[in-house]
This record gives sequence, structure tokens and C-alpha cells, in this order.
Amino acid sequence: MLEVSLSHQFDQFRMDLAFEGEAGSITSLFGRSGTGKTSVINMIAGLIKPQSGFIKVGEDVLFDSTQNIFVPPEKRRLGTIFQDDRLFPHLNVRNNLLYGAHASTPNNHTITFDSVVDVLDVVQLLERKPSNLSGGEKQRVAIGRALLSQPRLLLMDEPLASIDVQLRSEILPFIENLRDTFGLTVLYVSHAIEEVIRLADKMVVLSDGKKAAEGDVEEIMSRLDLHPLTGRFDAGAVLSTTVAGYEQDYELASLTFAGGVLRVTGVNLPKGTPLRAHIRARDVSLMLERPKGTSILNVFEGRIVEISDEDGPQLDLKIDIGTPLIARVTRKSFNDLGLENGKTVFAMIKAVAIDRRSLGGTTTTTR
Amino acid sequence: MFSPTPLETEALLLSLKVAFWSVLITLPLGLLTAWLLARKKFYGHALLNGVVHLPLVLPPVVIGFFLLAMLGRQGPIGAFLLDTFGITIAFTWQGAAIASAIMAFPLMVRAIRLSMESVDLGLEDAARTLGASPFRVFYSITLPLISPGILAGVVLSFARSLGEFGATITFVSNIPGETRTLPLAIFSLVQTPGGEAGALRLVVLSIILALAALLFSEYLAARAKRRVEG
Repeated sequence: MLEVSLSHQFDQFRMDLAFEGEAGSITSLFGRSGTGKTSVINMIAGLIKPQSGFIKVGEDVLFDSTQNIFVPPEKRRLGTIFQDDRLFPHLNVRNNLLYGAHASTPNNHTITFDSVVDVLDVVQLLERKPSNLSGGEKQRVAIGRALLSQPRLLLMDEPLASIDVQLRSEILPFIENLRDTFGLTVLYVSHAIEEVIRLADKMVVLSDGKKAAEGDVEEIMSRLDLHPLTGRFDAGAVLSTTVAGYEQDYELASLTFAGGVLRVTGVNLPKGTPLRAHIRARDVSLMLERPKGTSILNVFEGRIVEISDEDGPQLDLKIDIGTPLIARVTRKSFNDLGLENGKTVFAMIKAVAIDRRSLGGTTTTTR
Repeated sequence: MFSPTPLETEALLLSLKVAFWSVLITLPLGLLTAWLLARKKFYGHALLNGVVHLPLVLPPVVIGFFLLAMLGRQGPIGAFLLDTFGITIAFTWQGAAIASAIMAFPLMVRAIRLSMESVDLGLEDAARTLGASPFRVFYSITLPLISPGILAGVVLSFARSLGEFGATITFVSNIPGETRTLPLAIFSLVQTPGGEAGALRLVVLSIILALAALLFSEYLAARAKRRVEG
């Protein structure tokens, strides 16, 4: 669906990057600030002309330096959502939403005004000016405006960056809904790993304008060597689970996955709902024998398959419990327990360490 | 109490006509120049900026003399216009409008350029990604957002044109009914023995006119600002 190959010399760094995005899925471009993520969005949108490379959406070549093709932004039919909402201050919400709708040609995949207003819940805002909206409302309107230009592809450049932390959870479900309601292909740029885990199907890790890794979120997050890039604090495995049951008395949900059953609180979703669980490495502790008399609900037996080769007081270990799980231990514990590759251990995860923020759907989760 | 004499009415109407046409000339040209200066990088940017601002710093008489040299019957452009179309500009009210326009031009450009530079380019980028051509972006986004600046430019140019004296009298002289605008009429009356009372009446008229223009523009600017900012 989306094929990108870009080379560009910026003042601070050189970009050499190639990646793909699949139709109907969310691909996340992940990297720290200043790694060129926004430039990639601007290049695909047509607002910056790369020095060389190509950009292809579906069968359309939007940019090709070898053939001297450069399609101007207004002819690309891509929806762009910027970090700042960029609503037109002189137009009310209704006219902002309709700004791009005029230029588009209707077809049977048309995203209608009513459906956008409904999905983004902006009906009560239609006659207001942008200056009278909250940050979250503005960003919802900006998303709706991009949708109504009937884009083939949605480019989102850290759409939550300018929004209060509390309000982010208000927007996330809307973005999750977009792909599922409108079948959209999305390129989602972010430096927040939680957003990526919650939303993305696939991720591309960016470092200094270069691609450090590309693959499924579960696969990327289980790679110990990427922890310096994915963020040490939030590093940890991502498990693909399915909701299997709910104990009403304890408000405890059971999620099945390749390694067994994971029990978490605060999730009451229909059986069969796919759910992604982010288990931070620092929330996993290890024992050599199956623990007895413990308050910890989640205990998984597995073998150590990889040990991070880094100095310092902490070590990350990858444990195969049917699927990779990552645990962080101190070097002292590592030495005291005599941990090594191939050793069988019991990994313990506190159910309460897995909060709602750690859980995200590969398809819509009901709110 | 204040019933104007035919001569005063004539000067007033002529002043308004000259100022109106002066604004009409400066507005499109000022918009274009402001856009070039605010948005484009080109060779001679500083030179164009300097030339545009010259009337602000030169003695108006110099501009008038320059116009006479270029647009007078013997001037290169004036002679061409006369030979080809039979048009004379010097010593006509049209000439007065051109002189006023040149004097007011830097004010128009400055006002529009300042407001254009304050427009967030990100909004224009966003409009492009929504399928708007550069032309549509200009009239649907840029133009409404700079409307307070345009308004300020129009009022300043209008007021400047009403008060234009030096370039006008040098280029088109002081012909009653043709080029004798309010300031020139005041000047003539002051030069005439016993004309002080008449001059005073015109001075009061000028003050009323200027004040009315300023108040009207304040009102329009407040309205435009409300519309733009919501």
C-alpha cells in the first residue's frame, strides 16, 4: 500500500530510510525526538521534497527522483494530522470539517460527514470556532477534517503530543476506531511507546534518520538489543492475548496467550476480544522454583533464551514461556541465582502492574 | 451651522475621489508586493524593499518631481501615453491619484506584510494536504487571515492620500476643480489675504474626516479580528 524510500541531507543528520505500510493497518514510525519522524511525514505529504528516493501509495507514484516525479500535496489524496491541530481559526468546526471535502470525488467508499461527526463525537461542536474548543476537541476535529478529504492513507504526526496526558485516553479510542470503522491505512508517528503498543500493527524504529528495525510490535518489543531505542523504562514484551473470561466477584479478567493465562484487573471485555498486553520488564521478577504462598497471580515457567550484553547494575533477560517475555533483574540477583542461557526459571508478574494503559487492541476494544 | 460653500464641497469631493482611486491602485499592487516580500526569497529582495519604502523617507517634492519627469508631457512615459493614447496625466486629478498612491504605497505594503508574516504557514500547509490548490489556499485561508492587516493598510493609505500635499502640488499643480484637494485648498486660502477663516473651516473639516476614517477603521478592525479569531 505504502512504499517509501527516502534520502535527504538535513543540517543535523542524514536521512536514509525505506519502509512499507500495509493496507488497512496501522504502521507506527517510532523514534525519539529529533530522529526525523516529522520530516518523513512532511515528505510523504508532499510538504518537503526529498533529495532522492521514491514514495508510492497503491499503484500511484507520488515522488520519484529518478523519473523527476513530484505530485504536489493537494493532488496526493493523503490525510495529514499534525502535532498541532492546525484548524483554520476563521472557520467554524463545520466549515473546518468540510474544507477538504469539496475537492474530493465521491465514490462508494466515501466517508460521510454524518459518520465522521458520529464517530468523533463532535456534533455539539459544529457551530463553534476553534478558539472555543479544548485541545482534545480540536484534535478530534482535525482528524475529522482529514478523514472527510477522503484520504487513501492517513498520516498522523504525534497527534496526542499537544494534548494533556489525561485527555490522551479520550482520543486513543477514536484513533483505534478509525482503522476498524473506515478500513483506513494509517502511518502513525510517535515517540510514546504506549501509544505504539496500543495502536500499531507494525512498527518501524527510527534512529538518527535510519531504520533500526521494522516488524510486528510483539517482535520488535521482544528484542533486547532495541531497548536503548524503544526506551529502557517502558521496555518489555508485548503479548497477544484473547479475552477468555471474567470473574465478576474479583473483577479479574483472564487473557489466554501462547504462554498460558494472564490475569489482569480492570478489563471487562467480551470473550474473544483480542487484546495486547504490555508487560514491562521491571514488573517481572524471577524465581528458580515454583513459588508457593504468593500473592502473585501470574506465574509462568520458561527458559532463559537471551541475556542482554550490557554493563551496569541491571540486566534484561528474555525468557521463552511459549512466547518471549522480558524480565529485568539486578546484576547481583543474576549472579546470586546463577542465571544463564537455557536455565529454567519461573517468571512472576503482578496482576496489578498491568493497568489499562498497558492493554490495547489489535482490533477495537469496547469502552 | 456648517454649510459648506461650493468651493469647499468641490475640494472635499475631489479629495475623496483622489483618495479612493489612490487606494484602489495601491491595494492590489500592495498585496502583490507584500506577498513577494513576506513569502518569496529572490535576488533583489532588499532592493525592492528599499524602493517600496523610499516615499516614506524622501521629501514628497522629490517624488513629485520624479513623477513630472517621467509622466509629464516631455517625460518618457508621459510622451508615450500622449502619442499612443492621447492621455495626459500631469496636471489632472488622475495624476493626483497616482501621486497619492505612490506616497501611500509603503504604508499599504507594511500593513499587509506584517499581517502576512504573522499567518501560521502550517495552516497553509494543512490546507494544501486537504486538496486545496495554492490559489484556493490564498483566497480561502491567507486572505481572510490577513484581512485586519489589509483593512489597516486601506485606512492608512486613504488617510495618507487625503493629506497628500508635496508630491501632488509638484506633479499636478494646484488647479481648482481638478487637482485642488483639501490640503491644497487650505494652502491656497492661507496664502490669500483674509482667507484664514476659510482655511480654518477646511481644517475643521479635515479633522472630522480623519477622525471619522479612524473610528470607522477601528470598528471594522475589531469586527474582522472577531471573525478571524472566533
